[in-house]
Amino acid sequence: MITRRSQAEIARMRSAGRVVAEVLALMEETIRPGVSTAELDRLAERHIRASGAVPSFLDYVGNRRYDKRDPNRYRASTCISIDHEIVHGIPGDRELRAGQIVSVDVGAILDGYHGDGARTFVVGGREAASPAALALIDTTRLALMAGIGAAVPGNHVEDIGAAVEDIALAAGYGIVRGYGGHGIGTSMHEDPSVLNYRTNRRGAKLEPGMCLAIEPMLVVGAEDTMTLPDHWTVVTVDGSLSAHFEHTIAITADGPDILTRIP
Amino acid sequence: MAKKDAIEVEGTVIEPLPNTMFAVELENGHRVLAHISGKLRMNFIRILPGDRVRVELSPYDLTRGRITYRLK
Repeated sequence: MITRRSQAEIARMRSAGRVVAEVLALMEETIRPGVSTAELDRLAERHIRASGAVPSFLDYVGNRRYDKRDPNRYRASTCISIDHEIVHGIPGDRELRAGQIVSVDVGAILDGYHGDGARTFVVGGREAASPAALALIDTTRLALMAGIGAAVPGNHVEDIGAAVEDIALAAGYGIVRGYGGHGIGTSMHEDPSVLNYRTNRRGAKLEPGMCLAIEPMLVVGAEDTMTLPDHWTVVTVDGSLSAHFEHTIAITADGPDILTRIP
Repeated sequence: MAKKDAIEVEGTVIEPLPNTMFAVELENGHRVLAHISGKLRMNFIRILPGDRVRVELSPYDLTRGRITYRLK
């Protein structure tokens, strides 16, 4: 069952979403050749905590559970995924190099409510990227906006995936299966699953008050993915590039309201 | 963080195995061991070799699945 949130709750999610947007803006300013992914993560964590929020990825083990003592728990505040890594890259000593495409996924909990957002950047600015990488990034961003555009009352959950799929396939990209968006509110992952493709099942009807995280993940090559031995990093099997964008939105009578932004 | 989701694929039933399990060959060539979902059992829907079915794969073990639908 999909929870419908009150105006007061959505206001709190807007505050959490704002923290996420601020972190992503910080990432944009800080990402450059030579910076390590651990530095980016520390910067993100510092800003999240300075805002009075808590990183929502810390100690996550999957399946909507947190466990401080699980050896495989996620130990960072952000996921930083480079080039052929799709999602859930773990921050570490790796230093960024010009031309790489880096997606950063951030989650924060403020006042009990979650924000979840992601953006793919080019190290060294757009001029440093290959045309293929830029096209992938721009199309993925477009796919996200198309998905958000479909998140209106009266539509069904699948209409979001249909919109994303149409953009991706028209541009010739593959869509990552097995991972997708999700409801969000007082926990990071709630019903419904918001897949990035059609499944011939419409899903629930969207109504005002529902909050969703929409996150298309597109790949240049084949859609097959695998998880690395670090238990988290998801990569393309054929090594081709992948981009990821995410916004948390609230569905309102006047249309979708992006919460992961700085008003 | 992206939410992990069970992957739905289609395949053809190759042969029945003991305990109402089936060997199913997926569109991508992989063979999986699949069992019948409770909903199919409840409605007395039979699965025979040659049937095209929809299979739900767990992200934790991509060699095992659940047959969730028999396609016409």
